[in-house]
Amino acid sequence: MVDSSEQIAEEVGKYLSQHQEVASTLPAAGISWVDAHREAASKRFEQLGFPTTRDEQWKYTNVRSIARHAFDLSLNPVDVNPSVINKLTIPNLDAHRLVFTDGIFSPLLSQISDLPKGVTIISLAALLRSDPSRLENKFGEVVGEPINGFNAMNSAFILDGAFIEIESGVKLEKPIELLYVSASTNEQALALPRNIVVLRKQSSATLCERYISVTHSQSLTSSVSEVYIEDNGILHIDRVNEENDKSFNIGALFANVGRNARLKSNSITLGGRLVRNDIVVRLSEDGAETQLDGLYVVNDRQHVDNNTQVLHDHPRTTSREHYKGILSGKARAVFRGHISVKPEAQGADAVQKNNNLLLSPEAEVDTMPQLEIYADDVKCAHGATVGQLEEEAIFYMRSRGIGYAETRQLLTHAFAAEILENLGQSSIKDYIENRINHMMGLS
Amino acid sequence: MLAISDLRVEVDGKQILNGLDLEVCPGEIHAIMGPNGSGKSTLANVIAGRDGYDVKGGSIFYMGNNLLDLLPEERARQGIFLAFQYPVEIPGVANIYLLKEAINAIRSSKEEKELDAIDFLSLVRDKLKLLDMKEEFLYRSVNQGFSGGEKKRNEIFQMAMLEPTLAILDETDSGLDIDALKVVSDGVNALRAADRSIILVTHYQRLLNYIVPDYVHVLANGQVIRSGDHSLAAELEESGYSWIGGGGEGKSLGASVG
Ligand SMILES: Nc1ncnc2c1ncn2[C@@H]1O[C@H](COP(=O)(O)OP(=O)(O)OP(=O)(O)O)[C@@H](O)[C@H]1O
Ligand SMILES: [Mg+2]
Repeated sequence: MVDSSEQIAEEVGKYLSQHQEVASTLPAAGISWVDAHREAASKRFEQLGFPTTRDEQWKYTNVRSIARHAFDLSLNPVDVNPSVINKLTIPNLDAHRLVFTDGIFSPLLSQISDLPKGVTIISLAALLRSDPSRLENKFGEVVGEPINGFNAMNSAFILDGAFIEIESGVKLEKPIELLYVSASTNEQALALPRNIVVLRKQSSATLCERYISVTHSQSLTSSVSEVYIEDNGILHIDRVNEENDKSFNIGALFANVGRNARLKSNSITLGGRLVRNDIVVRLSEDGAETQLDGLYVVNDRQHVDNNTQVLHDHPRTTSREHYKGILSGKARAVFRGHISVKPEAQGADAVQKNNNLLLSPEAEVDTMPQLEIYADDVKCAHGATVGQLEEEAIFYMRSRGIGYAETRQLLTHAFAAEILENLGQSSIKDYIENRINHMMGLS
Repeated sequence: MLAISDLRVEVDGKQILNGLDLEVCPGEIHAIMGPNGSGKSTLANVIAGRDGYDVKGGSIFYMGNNLLDLLPEERARQGIFLAFQYPVEIPGVANIYLLKEAINAIRSSKEEKELDAIDFLSLVRDKLKLLDMKEEFLYRSVNQGFSGGEKKRNEIFQMAMLEPTLAILDETDSGLDIDALKVVSDGVNALRAADRSIILVTHYQRLLNYIVPDYVHVLANGQVIRSGDHSLAAELEESGYSWIGGGGEGKSLGASVG
């Protein structure tokens, strides 16, 4: 067996030394609580290293190829022509838009003028420099310590990302689009977006996070989003991964949902070599609610891992979770759905489903529900399926004159429809539908 | 139009059809009756081209061509339609979408141009009226959550839309209430035409009072063992199938066994 501490030191070392080098130039460096936070995270990263398959949470997702590669944090954004970005935006999506190139905010490409009253949308780096006190107690509050090396790496730098705050009672009509662009051509771009979203009481907003590549180079994005939804707030997050087939994307969303508040999340994975989405939702007050949906459509040697954790900490909290996957080629998908219900969370109600459609004999799925229930008055249901298109349905459609290939495509599309229905905006839904049709040769 | 001769079919190594002959001419209606498990649905499925049936011998010619060479969708495009005994639920595919795809697939195979939205919709409305169906059915997933009777009615609605040359209705009457049976029968009768043939698989004479067949056949032990006119159905209603010898699971369908 490999000496693990030595191995960790080697893999993590290059990032730690870069951390040393740039620490004093990071936004808000010199402010003691910021420094302390980064320092602690860097120590934690040193201890944790990158996850290995010995770690239960990473048993089916091997990140050695990430750990061994020397990625390089870009501190200066690459220039991307606005026309390139315009071509990649979702048609008919009228949104406040923040664009990040390799993790760094690009004012030129973004569009955040005309914000309604009570709405703050700003780059995190800008806020750290101008008004860091607004961010105090906003890092690592939801889950406490970083749960894995990737989160720790992100926290060690806290470089840039989006800061969004919606004041009490404000209902933001236009969605906020967060577009993360991998733009560097050096095969080692590292982006560490850090987002903070705060919805004050009775406010609501819709976010669309997209990860795209504008080159064919390899990149690593390790993002952390921390979300606070106060009483009666409603947040809807659509997340779409569409990076190139060499790129790695490790995302973590930590959310704290208040009294009668609601978080709806939809994670769509279409692109990327390896995509891992961790979602941890703490239903932290009476009546808090979450709906976590996901759809992965993967091919070739793509690997996607959705790892969700819903913490029913209080009574009458509700969670609805439905992930669906369509796998072709030698693609591999992992789904882990952890639901935990505390003893005091009477009346908790949780439903979890994961359905997978295998279009090729070489595709593979590992799906694992994990229930930890300590209250007795609880409703909890879960179910997972892995299957193929139904022969009966195929014959039925062919007997109506529809060709075999088209029948398969239509049925595959129908499988995905249930999840797409729940996307936050019809323009996003249309866009994803078109992407999927295109991937499956339907249009 | 349809000529089946000496058809022998196995399913999973078990012989189901055992030298079946049947000839259907344009404009004719043939009823096929027979005990449970005698092979009626097997025959219907073999004509429609379903997988899993081994044709061991015999032939099926349709409009002069060897039907067994064709894929299910090719048969449909040449005018064959099967109303399923157990219509399949297809979550996520709206009824109207299936119909539109089907009609356009059939039309484009004939090098006709696709129906535009307006023509399609007016055709749909006509046929909905014919079968006394609500428009909301169009937007529901195919057969999903439909009652047994609604599924059967939906099959005939599809048939009305696709205007087949040869329709095989496999127990479309089972599960229909009395009023629905009347509506569905009227729908089928409205589709009767000199160049359209229909094969009705049924257990009940009642259907045949509404849709009067030219011929009635009894299928048992994988063969047509008797053929006659409409009066044969009445006779069967009286006597059941106990008179059938051999491996047939003779079973009475009538109130009194003759
Ligand atoms: N996949 C299969 N494997 C084995 N036997 C089968 C299979 N499919 C059909 N059979 C058998 O073939 C026989 C004929 O079935 P079929 O469905 O054609 O009967 P049917 O005449 O339509 O009966 P019913 O009146 O009950 O609808 C039955 O004995 C049935 O069990
Ligand atoms: Mg049958």
